[in-house]
Amino acid sequence: MKKGTGLQYWIGFALILVWCLLPVVWIISLSFKSEAETTTGSPQFLPKEATLDNYRAILKDSDFTHALLNSFGISLIATFLSVVLATLAAYAIARLEFRGKKLVLSLALAIAMFPVVSLVGPLFDMWRTIHLFNTWPGLIIPYMSFTLPLAIWTLAAFFREIPWEMEQAAQVDGATSWQAFRQVIVPLAAPGVFTAAILTFFFAWNEFVLAISLTSTPLARTVPAQMSFFVGPDPFNPPYAQLATASVIVTIPVIIIVLLFQRRIVAGLTSGAVKG
Amino acid sequence: MTTDAVSDDTAAHADPPPKAHRSDRAMAENRLGMKLVAPAVVLMLLVTAWPMLQALYLSLFRYRLTAPDEKTMVGLDNYVTVLSDSLFWRDLWNTVLIMVITVAVELVIGFVFAMVMHRIVFGRGAMRTSILIPYGIITVVSAFAWQFAFSLNNGFVNAWFSWLPWINEDTNWFGDHWHSMFAIMASEIWKTTPFMSLLLLAGLAQVSEDMLEAAKVDGATWWQRLTKVILPNMRSAIMVAVLFRALDAFRIFDNIFVMTRGAQDTESLSFLTYRQVIEQFQLGLGSALSVLLFLMVLLLAMLIVKLFRVNLAQARGEG
Repeated sequence: MKKGTGLQYWIGFALILVWCLLPVVWIISLSFKSEAETTTGSPQFLPKEATLDNYRAILKDSDFTHALLNSFGISLIATFLSVVLATLAAYAIARLEFRGKKLVLSLALAIAMFPVVSLVGPLFDMWRTIHLFNTWPGLIIPYMSFTLPLAIWTLAAFFREIPWEMEQAAQVDGATSWQAFRQVIVPLAAPGVFTAAILTFFFAWNEFVLAISLTSTPLARTVPAQMSFFVGPDPFNPPYAQLATASVIVTIPVIIIVLLFQRRIVAGLTSGAVKG
Repeated sequence: MTTDAVSDDTAAHADPPPKAHRSDRAMAENRLGMKLVAPAVVLMLLVTAWPMLQALYLSLFRYRLTAPDEKTMVGLDNYVTVLSDSLFWRDLWNTVLIMVITVAVELVIGFVFAMVMHRIVFGRGAMRTSILIPYGIITVVSAFAWQFAFSLNNGFVNAWFSWLPWINEDTNWFGDHWHSMFAIMASEIWKTTPFMSLLLLAGLAQVSEDMLEAAKVDGATWWQRLTKVILPNMRSAIMVAVLFRALDAFRIFDNIFVMTRGAQDTESLSFLTYRQVIEQFQLGLGSALSVLLFLMVLLLAMLIVKLFRVNLAQARGEG
C-alpha cells in the first residue's frame, strides 16, 4: 500500500488534532474568562472578554504555589532516584547472566499492574506510625516503586540495543576504561536513560490516589490533590475559571516536555512493547 | 568489567552447570547481577508486597482508626460483610462496565488513529506532539476539562450538540446515572486513546507491506485485507494494549473522584476502597476490599493472558 496524501488522510489528520487539542484549548479559553462571566453562566466556547485576573489570583494563592513546588520537588526527586536504581537493574538484566533475572522482570510487570488503591489503607497506617504521613518522602518512596517497573523495562530494552563491543574497541585503541565508559557508553545510553526519566516524571506528576490519601495539608500536597480539594467560597458553584487556570499552569511543563522530546517519548512507550 | 568472553563462558556452562565447574567469573557475574538489581527489587517489594501482607492481616480485624482500642479479631467477617453488600456488587458492575466500554471504544478509535498516523506523509511531528498531550496531561485536569465542558451553565457541549435529538440546552450531564457515566467515560477515553493508538501503531509497523501487496494483487477487498492480513499480524500488539489498558481502566479513580465523587451511583471499586479507608477510617473493612481488589486484578490479568494467549515475555522483547 502506498503512503497516503489523499483527502481521507487530511480528514484523519484534522480529526486527530481536534480530538487531542480541543479540551486543551477549552481549558485555556476558560482560564481567560472572568469570574463574573462563569458565575452567571457562560456556555459559549470563547471568553466574552479575556482577562488575566485568574492567573494573577492563582499565582498569589500560596496553597497553589506551594503545591506546585511540592509537585516539582517530589516528581523530580522520585524520577532521579527511580532512574538511578532502574539503570543499575536494567544494566544487569541486559548485560549479565544471573539467577532470578526472569523473576525480577515478572515482579516488575506484576507491580506495574498493581491496584494502587489496595495499598492506601496499609500505607496510611504504616506512614502514620513511622511519621512519613504528609511528608515528601512519604510520596517519593511509593512513587519510586511504582515507576521502577516502567523504567526498568524501558531501559532494559534500550540497553539491549547498545553495541557494547565498542567499549572494548575504544580500550584497544588506547582509551582507559573510564574514558571508554564516559565517551562511548554514556552517550549511547543517555537517550534511553533520558526517555525513562520522562516517562517516570509523567507518572509522578500525574499521580493522584496516593497524593490525596497520604497527605493532609498543603505541606506535601501535590497540584492534582490540591486542585481536587479546591472548592472556592461557594460549594455549589465550583470556581471554574480558577480551576481551569490551575489546569493550564500544571499542563505547561507537560507540553514543553512533549514538544521537545516527542520522538523519545514515543520510542520509550513502544520500546519492546510489541514484538513477534 | 564484563567482556564477551565471559558471556560466552557462561553460555557454555549454561546447560546443566555443575556447580564446582562454574568459573569464578561466572559466579562473580552472578553476584554482581544480583547486587545491581537488589535495591530496585527491595524497594518494589517494600512498598507493595509488605503493605499487601499488612492488608491481608488487617482484613481479619474489626478495626476503626477512630477507635483503635476496639480492634478485635473477627476472622473472615469483613469479607462476608463486603461480599453480601449490594454496594460492592453495584460498584463492581460499574467498574466492569467502564472497563469494557472504554477499552472497546479506545480500540476502535485508537486503531483508526494508528492507521492515519501510519500512512500519512505530512505533519507527522505535529500529530505525534498533539497525540502525546492527552497522554501526558494530568488525569485530574482531563476530568476538570470534561466536567466543565459538560457543565450545565458553563459548558459548550449542550450548546454545540443541541441538534442531536437527545441533547438540549438543559441536559444535565451530572443529574442522572447514565449521563454521568457517559461524561466519566468520555474523559477516560479522551485521555487514554493516544496510548492505545501508539501501541497499535508500533504493531501496525510490523505488518509486512509485501503481504498486503500480495493480498491486493490477489483481489482481496479492503475489508478482507484488514481482517485477514492486518489484524491477525498485529495480534500481539493488540493484546498487550488491551491487557495494559483493561487493567488500568479497572483501577479507575481520578475521573470519578473529580467529576462526581461517586454521586449518581457512579462509584468504582477503587473509589469504594478509598472511601472506606480514608473517609470512614474503616481499616479492617477497607483492607478486606483492598485484598479483594488485588485478587480481582490478578484474576483479570491471568484471564486476559490465558484467554488471548498473550506471551508477555515475548511481547516485551524477552522472547
